[in-house]
Amino acid sequence: MAETNGAPVLEAGGLRKEFGDLVAVDDVSFRLPPGRSLAIVGESGSGKTTIARMIVGLERSTSGTITACGHDRSRPPRSTRDRRRRGREVQIVFQDPYTSLDPRQTAEATIDEVLRLHHGWPAGRRRARIAELTDLVGLDTRQSRALPRSLSGGQRQRVAIARALAAEPTVLILDESVAALDVSIQAQVLNLLADIRDETHVSYILISHDLAVVRQLTDEALVLHRGKVVERGPTARVLDDPQDPYTQRLRASVPRPGWKPRHRALPGAGEEPDAS
Amino acid sequence: MSAAIPVTVRSTTRSARAVGLLRATGPAGIASAIVIAIATFVALFGPLLAPYPPNLPDLSLAWVGPAGGHLLGFDFQGRDVLSRLLAGAKTAILGPLAVVIVSVTAGTLIAVTAAWRRGVTDSVIASGLDILFAFPGILFAVLAASVFGAGLAAASIALSIAYMPYVARVLRGAALKERSQPYVAALEVQGASATSICLRHLVPNIAPLIVAQATILFGYAMVDLAAISFLGLGVQPPNPNWGVMISENQFGILQGYPLPALAAGVCIVTVVIAVNVLGERLFDQAQAAR
Amino acid sequence: MSEPAAIGMLRSAGATASAPLLEVDGLTVLLDVAGAKRAVLRDVSLTLWPGEAVGLVGESGSGKSMTARAIDRLLPRGAEVHGSIRFDGGDVGELAGADLRRYRNQVAMIFQDPRAHTNPVRRIGDFMTEALCTNLGVPSAEARRRAVNMLTQVGIENGDRRLRQYPHQMSGGMLQRIMIAAALLTEPRLLLADEPTTALDVTTQAEVMAILDGLRRDFGLAMLFITHDLELAAAICDRTVVMYAGQIVEVRASALLHGDPLHPYPAALAAARPDIAQTAHRLRAIPGRPLSAFEAPAAECAFAPRCAHASDICRAAVPDLVDLDGGTSRCARARELRGQLQEAPDG
Repeated sequence: MAETNGAPVLEAGGLRKEFGDLVAVDDVSFRLPPGRSLAIVGESGSGKTTIARMIVGLERSTSGTITACGHDRSRPPRSTRDRRRRGREVQIVFQDPYTSLDPRQTAEATIDEVLRLHHGWPAGRRRARIAELTDLVGLDTRQSRALPRSLSGGQRQRVAIARALAAEPTVLILDESVAALDVSIQAQVLNLLADIRDETHVSYILISHDLAVVRQLTDEALVLHRGKVVERGPTARVLDDPQDPYTQRLRASVPRPGWKPRHRALPGAGEEPDAS
Repeated sequence: MSAAIPVTVRSTTRSARAVGLLRATGPAGIASAIVIAIATFVALFGPLLAPYPPNLPDLSLAWVGPAGGHLLGFDFQGRDVLSRLLAGAKTAILGPLAVVIVSVTAGTLIAVTAAWRRGVTDSVIASGLDILFAFPGILFAVLAASVFGAGLAAASIALSIAYMPYVARVLRGAALKERSQPYVAALEVQGASATSICLRHLVPNIAPLIVAQATILFGYAMVDLAAISFLGLGVQPPNPNWGVMISENQFGILQGYPLPALAAGVCIVTVVIAVNVLGERLFDQAQAAR
Repeated sequence: MSEPAAIGMLRSAGATASAPLLEVDGLTVLLDVAGAKRAVLRDVSLTLWPGEAVGLVGESGSGKSMTARAIDRLLPRGAEVHGSIRFDGGDVGELAGADLRRYRNQVAMIFQDPRAHTNPVRRIGDFMTEALCTNLGVPSAEARRRAVNMLTQVGIENGDRRLRQYPHQMSGGMLQRIMIAAALLTEPRLLLADEPTTALDVTTQAEVMAILDGLRRDFGLAMLFITHDLELAAAICDRTVVMYAGQIVEVRASALLHGDPLHPYPAALAAARPDIAQTAHRLRAIPGRPLSAFEAPAAECAFAPRCAHASDICRAAVPDLVDLDGGTSRCARARELRGQLQEAPDG
């Protein structure tokens, strides 16, 4: 892992993404200090997933800068070496456990492939590392040798986390990584993520719409609405004392004991846009 | 769904897995595999197996029915039908095989390239394929015959070109879907190269479809090559070839001597059905296993 | 509540009439899973009174959706059904033809994904008025008028314009509101809502929940609200039923469920959820994973392997439902653990 003593491990400046006429991300900037965790909160259409994709290079920004571990990654990588290095800086765990693993590969094979990509280690050393990683994410031998179709959603997410960690990234992006899991499994995986952070000092960027999960796992939060940052600050403060009306509305919409849903002011005011 | 069905740990050897897969295709699948195995054997050793010279005419024996050691009788030139069938298996099967191999390989390559790059490249390739679709296979066959001279090679080349767009179109859809799966994205983020992702992940995951396409095309190729030979543009007489045999002996059907033509027809149909059935069963198995 | 409880089911404060609207009794459903018949619901019994809203909560494999489908006669082919479902006194399983269509007018269902349940090549208006015109013989002009009216009730203005549009022109939240409106048009007496807001943004969810709650009360409908979210169910349902591994494990007044559960599973579920108001050092996760009915051990409490309070009595046999303090629990140690299951303050 590339440690950069105090300098932010990830920095975005003036990020902008346009899809034709639609501005999905509008002037988003943030900094992730080493060892800290940042949440990017928003609903659908907020641009949060687009930002995640831009950071890992699956999407190209229209303008703005992204820097990870001191290296600029605003433009596509120029060489294989570059691409691999970026893979060791920032990794990602996706939302859907059912499509984020190759259905034909066991967990061990999946992790092994990543190890072979980044290191020229002999088979014995790779095997040892695979065992370490599967142990870290809480998979037993039977599960690591099974194909994804024999694993539950929670187990598959563990494999996806192990795969991401195999690259020893400085930053790990969790793109709604627990949203598709049952409540009881979600708790296990959240605890696991906290343990991993303690052990490896990885920095998280959590993309989520779930405010309770955000609170549990992150120090800082950014709230996005229709591509713009409407509020930012320490997670606890943003959730306990939201300043922006959208954040307030978001906070008020979360079910909790004693909560009762209420109509908004008028249907016309901010009525959901049509899909077309 | 968190309800996991009991874990299936993979068998350790490739051959063990292959046998398991075959067994899973059921009696029809196994029967088809046997037929194909027999056909392949005959294709390779046919001329050696033929009890009588397949190309030796004896007009005094024309149209004579089964007699003595001649199980299927004689054709219009008095040649032993069974021997001609055995000898003709080679061109009847190897021709379609070559067509399938070439068209499926080319089609897969084009489909995967289009799917991986998406965007403009994909649009251009899709349009190119559409243009190729406009030409019927027969046209290519005539063209090839005029350029290379009539024969199996020319006909096979023509069909390969004609079939390639079909393969590419079907595979492109599946490849596009696979390419947009998060596991592919995860590999890209890891820094894996496009080639390695396509070869190690994309193609293997659409392999069931490729196999299914290949088996369907084999059937079509067999029939199409027979038709082309029937028209005189493919395998030239007196070379034994099932399609040619139908053509040569067709008059016999009306005159009351259907056996030579029908026997050749039955051979074609049997092999085509066997290949289709096996292909379909393999596809079903692969889909169920996902 | 002084009413004698039948198998521990209590009427909630919102109910008005004297005969139950829906009675599910000993419902057991077996489906073909990987070649063998396996149970997905085991001995589910449930009573719904006219006008009352009951929440049905569970995780994957709990059987909550399957219960709703059984009630609406939407089980897959080859499902083996035991036990009975009675609606307004009549056996639902026996219905066929015109009777079944009439039943479907009285019991409306809304699903999680509205797009999967609307025909993309038909206009909203056609889809909304179909049941009225075909099944109830309402003339189409009148049906459209009622549709526009109902759209206003769910907060959609310009109903005439909307009726002419297609599903793909609507956002998810709007389409779900249209589904609710469509469901209410046939003036049903029971609404089955299967995770209707799970696929929606949280702000849209709040809006749709408010509409659902308001309309339900206005029309006096009974509702079975299925969800994985305990707090969401509590928000608009007076009573909550919690399911695990195809069985009912607790029935409780919603207001009491969170603070005073009678079964370890809902208690653990509530404790496992992160708290939006404070950060816990670690969450109190439940070990293991949620089981389906057919995976659960046959002769012991299905939750025992994961339960912090499990003891020998729990592994001796499948516990029966017991009535306790106005609720019902399928915990062998329910009386013993009384008062000890609520969330302890965490550090």
